[in-house]
Amino acid sequence: MTTVATTGSTVVPLAPDRPAGDRVTAAVSDTVDVAWRNLRTLLRTPQALIFATIQPMIFVLLFRYAFGGAIRVPGTSYVDYLMPGVFAQAVAFGAIGTAVGLAGDLRSGLLVRFRTLPMSRIAVLAGRTLADLVRNLLVVAVMIGVGFAVGFRVANGAAGLFGALALVVAFAYAASWAFVALGLRVSDPEAAQAAAVPLVFLLVFTSAAFVPSQSMPGWLQAFGTHQPVNALVSAERALILGGPAAHDVLICLAWIAGLLLVFVLLAARGYARMGR
Amino acid sequence: MSENAIEVDGLRKTFGRFTALDGLSFAVAAGSVLGLLGPNGSGKTTTVSILSTALRPDGGQATVHGLDVVADAARVRQVIGLAGQFAAVDPNLSGRENLTLIGRLSRVGRKQARVRAGELLDGFGLSAAADRLARTYSGGMRRRLDVAAALLHRPPVLFLDEPTTGLDPESRFALWDAVRDLSRTGTTVLLTTQYLEEADALAERVVIIAAGRVADTGTPAQLKARFGAAVFDLGFGAPGDAETAALALAARGYVTERTGATLRVRADSGSGAVTGVLRALDHQVPDPMSVAVREPTLDDVFLSLTQGGKPA
Repeated sequence: MTTVATTGSTVVPLAPDRPAGDRVTAAVSDTVDVAWRNLRTLLRTPQALIFATIQPMIFVLLFRYAFGGAIRVPGTSYVDYLMPGVFAQAVAFGAIGTAVGLAGDLRSGLLVRFRTLPMSRIAVLAGRTLADLVRNLLVVAVMIGVGFAVGFRVANGAAGLFGALALVVAFAYAASWAFVALGLRVSDPEAAQAAAVPLVFLLVFTSAAFVPSQSMPGWLQAFGTHQPVNALVSAERALILGGPAAHDVLICLAWIAGLLLVFVLLAARGYARMGR
Repeated sequence: MSENAIEVDGLRKTFGRFTALDGLSFAVAAGSVLGLLGPNGSGKTTTVSILSTALRPDGGQATVHGLDVVADAARVRQVIGLAGQFAAVDPNLSGRENLTLIGRLSRVGRKQARVRAGELLDGFGLSAAADRLARTYSGGMRRRLDVAAALLHRPPVLFLDEPTTGLDPESRFALWDAVRDLSRTGTTVLLTTQYLEEADALAERVVIIAAGRVADTGTPAQLKARFGAAVFDLGFGAPGDAETAALALAARGYVTERTGATLRVRADSGSGAVTGVLRALDHQVPDPMSVAVREPTLDDVFLSLTQGGKPA
């Protein structure tokens, strides 16, 4: 084990590779390193990738062919109505993995190790959400392919579609932060799953992602139309199907900004509290 | 910087109603190995977590290399490494990837991290497995990788939290060698363990903690002398036989403790202890079916602390 040794009697730590004062550069570099780690982990736990892609495909097939025939939507074909809902559903379900993964790191002790390293604090969380962003880009790309394969057509041109997808990805990024905050709070992957799944189900299935809100009873409609997943789905539809979109898009952007603000702060506070 | 690499003064920490640390104070001389011993729940991991800046104390003070672990946490992190039961490696990264990641996050440059990772993988006998995912490693290999990760930026102070718990003897001895090598080159090591034997093998000084306070401190030799030199485990055919033997031994001043048909006997001095105990078991006592003589363990030490040396 002589290679472990240093010469002489005093151990001098390796010099930092950059001035300690450059905190922003350090935070960005650490964030990229942590994101790289999370993406590798994702590639090497195929279940996670399968959950992120196969599962929304099953929803597409189910709703396109099994249930869709019985669902009437005004003014458009059901498949064009469905796909914006599926994009939202895919990234919302994906966010469950964020909470579970982070809770896993908490339980395994990896976060304890990160806390003792001279790395940027926020990078642990920012790295995970950056990795989720990359994962969501992939998932959305796959879902567009699946959508086109089952007859999805864009009435309002490519600009509308890309605008909608940009909203989906931005929304997913905000949702990642929300589930980071949740994962830090429960500190156990099973509990994270148990907390995140009902929450996501509630938001996705009370929204108009799969069926129009008008078919729901009044009290459910009131909740279902005033929550973030519904705001995303409405904005997406307005952009993809055409028609006046500004109002819906603004509401969606407001949700994204609000969620980001609240949950970045809550997540950062949750991470700081780990040491209390 | 003082000549103590670590100073702990009146450290307090509670979790809800549970008091983990209740005014803990000790110091570790620079370049030495200190063994922090105690049973589960005595505050060992809490102490290490606070010293490694992962946890904030509720009260008291602690410094590492003269740097306060709360006020100067960021600078403390540049001089410490942590490995052990609650520090982990990523099972989905290879050994090499784990080390380079930790290296990058420890502010070691990309190239240097790669070189250092190679050195450490070599040094810890992990070269052949370097590019396998850590989830395929054995417990011993994982623990060595964990220690290697803690050493990446060459920290002058190393915390090892129960580094050998659950390891087979071969892996344990390999880790002991690694700790000795580090100590030889001037690294200060704070090692927590449940095994007196381990502290004996590695540590210049031992601090025994119980319920978040220092219960005793000294060199391993001093502690052993204080707690008796040898422990006999005598196995009898029936609990009644063990009871009879316990009475005979107690009459000669031996401290015994019976569990079923097994009798544990503490002997104060090593020389003459064997003949002394066997002589106490004279012809009126049934012969034990098994006799084992061993060094006291931390369990024995704690039993004697809590029972105050009264005959069982």
